[in-house]
Amino acid sequence: MTTPAFEPLRASDATLAYDGRVISHQLDVGIPEASFTVIVGPNACGKSTLLRGLARLLRPRSGQVLLYGRDIHSLHTKEVARRVGLLPQTSIAPDGITVADLVTRGRHPHQSAFQQWSKADEAAVVAAMEATQVAALSDRRVDELSGGQRQRVWVAMALAQETGLLLLDEPTTFLDIAYQYELLELFRRLNEGGRTIVAVLHDLNQASRYASHVIAMSEGRIAAEGPPTDVITADLVNDVFGLPAHVFPDPVSGTPLVVPLGAPGEVFRDHPSTTS
Amino acid sequence: MTAADEIRFERPQAVLRRRGFSARISRRAVIVFGMLSILAIVLMVASLAIGDFALSIAQVVGALLGGETGMAHTVVIEWRLPRVLAAAIFGLALGASGALFQSLTRNPLGSPDIIGFDAGAYTGVLIATLVVHASGVYSTTFAAIAGGLATAAAVYLFAYRRGVQGFRLIVVGIGVTAMLGSLNTWLLLRASSEEAIDASYWGAGSLANVDYSHVTPAAAIIAVLLIALASLQRGARALEFGDDAARQLGVSVERTRLLLVIVGVALSATVTAFAGPIAFIALSAPQIARSLTRSAGVSPGAAAMTGCVLLLAADVVAQHALPITLPVGIVTVVLGGVYFVWLLIAEGRRS
Amino acid sequence: MTAQRRARRRLGLGGGILLLVVLAIASLAIGSKDIPFDQIWPALLDPTGSDTALIVTGLRVPRTVLGVLVGAALGVAGALIQAFTRNPLADPGVLGVNAGAALGVSVSIVFLGLEGIGQLVWPALIGAVVATVGVYAVGRSGRSGATPIRMTLAGVGIGAVLAGITSAISLSNPQRFHSMLGWSAGTLVGPPLSTSGVIAPLVGVGLVVALGISRDLNALGLGEDLASSLGSRVVVTRSLAVLAVTLLAGAATAAAGPIGFIGLMVPHVARWITGPDQRWIMAYSVVLGPCVLLLSDIVGRIVMRPAELPVGIVTAFVGAPILISLARRSKASAL
Repeated sequence: MTTPAFEPLRASDATLAYDGRVISHQLDVGIPEASFTVIVGPNACGKSTLLRGLARLLRPRSGQVLLYGRDIHSLHTKEVARRVGLLPQTSIAPDGITVADLVTRGRHPHQSAFQQWSKADEAAVVAAMEATQVAALSDRRVDELSGGQRQRVWVAMALAQETGLLLLDEPTTFLDIAYQYELLELFRRLNEGGRTIVAVLHDLNQASRYASHVIAMSEGRIAAEGPPTDVITADLVNDVFGLPAHVFPDPVSGTPLVVPLGAPGEVFRDHPSTTS
Repeated sequence: MTAADEIRFERPQAVLRRRGFSARISRRAVIVFGMLSILAIVLMVASLAIGDFALSIAQVVGALLGGETGMAHTVVIEWRLPRVLAAAIFGLALGASGALFQSLTRNPLGSPDIIGFDAGAYTGVLIATLVVHASGVYSTTFAAIAGGLATAAAVYLFAYRRGVQGFRLIVVGIGVTAMLGSLNTWLLLRASSEEAIDASYWGAGSLANVDYSHVTPAAAIIAVLLIALASLQRGARALEFGDDAARQLGVSVERTRLLLVIVGVALSATVTAFAGPIAFIALSAPQIARSLTRSAGVSPGAAAMTGCVLLLAADVVAQHALPITLPVGIVTVVLGGVYFVWLLIAEGRRS
Repeated sequence: MTAQRRARRRLGLGGGILLLVVLAIASLAIGSKDIPFDQIWPALLDPTGSDTALIVTGLRVPRTVLGVLVGAALGVAGALIQAFTRNPLADPGVLGVNAGAALGVSVSIVFLGLEGIGQLVWPALIGAVVATVGVYAVGRSGRSGATPIRMTLAGVGIGAVLAGITSAISLSNPQRFHSMLGWSAGTLVGPPLSTSGVIAPLVGVGLVVALGISRDLNALGLGEDLASSLGSRVVVTRSLAVLAVTLLAGAATAAAGPIGFIGLMVPHVARWITGPDQRWIMAYSVVLGPCVLLLSDIVGRIVMRPAELPVGIVTAFVGAPILISLARRSKASAL
């Protein structure tokens, strides 16, 4: 690693807070270009807050968030929306909306009063629905779908937005294990095609398998960042999560595999504790 | 084969693409809008023809286009047309306003009157006519606007505490509306019967005293507001996804919402100022439109047209269906309620 | 739920009951002719003994008793409706009770020539019950059954139709218009003690039913699925809730005309004090409802002496400022 990687999105000395409660102090962290960055950390460590700050939903109390080197809050919202897409943790679907209608709403930043349904819009929606395999559900009502199907529809909407940066807040919620990996593979393909992916994931093993860059957070601060092999270690898992674990290379992918030794503070009764 | 065929929308869509312009709309919505427009025109012509001085369709059309002169012209242009135009324009405004608020509040019972304008307008009119005994065409309108604005300001001030929060605004609105409602009842009780009945006509919503001096400014204001609404419509649809999702789609959430509220309240307030609070159009027109177009959301265009048709029909009934003339607001309440209930039953059977 | 909080709730309820007693006595004492406290008890013991006694027993006692009954009925009806619709801004009129009663009354006044609130009790009650039955029938149609949202929509629709017809009837007859207006203002003056006797059983049954389903309403507040799994019978609870609201609000409106705001505000305030437990909300509503109503009635007697302001007009002016000031406290920004 000679030259520092260019960072399209960066939090520069940013303090993020809600209504008086400070979540993160003076964060200084960047997302490398064309990376698959995964943010991990225990509950309430500030991962979602960081993501929202990067997506321009939350104005830092001090410091800046930079998009391609410029203060993201000085840019026009539509310009940001064309470059940065966010899939929030929970979303409201308007009553009775169908899958096709919902996905097309993702084209909003590319449309205007006069251009409401261009060929590009159509193509993007088709591609997004095919990539997430929801094309068959196209005319169904979103509120009639299962949790997993609904999640894929929301991902399709984010994909239809066709942004270079895609931020995902726990995108694998509600999905069964097969769909989880299907979705992660989809994100990997998008990443290989040039998109920068930033995802908050709960599953450390998924993080280490797919990420090119991991950011570990704890109590509002960055605990570690770097490639998975450097970040996901037994020491870190113990420090950040309080979970004693054995970390060794995954037999399939070679990336760090975390196997818990016990619940925080104790060891599983029927497993001998081993040194890591 | 256009790519539109590849996406299976719930209803067949019509796509229009020209140089620099593209749009997509459900075919059913276009058909419904067209039929409602035709129905509105039919009702307008009928309304101009029926009455103590009955006219034929030919006479009405002639008077409108300038061919007829004499009595037919006077009856159509001077007597009846202002009221018919008012019904059409006010109906558009109320339908659009209702659709806007139901989309904004994500509630099928959302109504533009959270800020108490209607109750305040009535209080203003009652004070003007029953206490001060002011008379004249403009005094009622002026009193209505003054009372309504004062009330809206008071509600806003009472609800303001480091910003205005939705729930607090609604609660304060309910409280102030209740107080004014009681005040209005008391003012009516202490007045003489004739004055009280006249005032009650206004309070029920009436097009009886509307003439060109009302219709022309109202039409201008409403036209401007409807254009504003159309330009805010894309942002409004994004807002239906919640603030975060809308923000990340590129919508300035606070500004769009504030503008929508102002436009919505202004549309409803304009009608109230000139004709009194006409009930139920803002509430029922969007739901009726939604059912007609079989769509998921409430589109202001279809809702406006539905409101127009409803108010025109109600006015015909109010003037001619019963031996006594009723305020149009009573007919809208009854008609709106009946159709509401019928919709509910039909939807219950279907779901 | 700390023991301290529980103790405070009980204390608050005790204080409320005390307040009610004080207001009841005040209601007996205050009026166009103020009666000193030391003359009230003798007047009660010897009803026809003197002019004073006649005032107390003939006028003040009936209105005070009615005030307590109507206030309690409206307060609990409001609590039920807010629990049933899970909407903290619902009031008992949402199911069409007021509109039905008004129609019954307007028909009686205009077409049957009845006058005076004593005669109008039965038409009002019949109207209220018929309206609610109609709303229930419409709300129940369809596969999802009488869900709160369907009931609310049916109530709004049918209520509107009835209100429109009522307005049309009232406006058609100028002489009777004033009588109708008087009824719609809501008053505790006029009905004899026997009216209270008529509605007391209805209110009593309504309160018993309300108390009986209060625990199930707690469960229902968590959502239907969870409520069912907790053993609560959703359909039965809902039906009983509608029945209780009809009895309580119908009886109250029949006896005293439509008195607004008590059903909306009292349970709301009760919830702010006690938290979301329906049993406590109803207990407080039974006490606070009459307090607010009697207070409004007393104020109505004082503010325009020797004339009186009908209680239905005063309740909004007493209740709304309380509601607004509570809404302004930052903690009270949600339910």
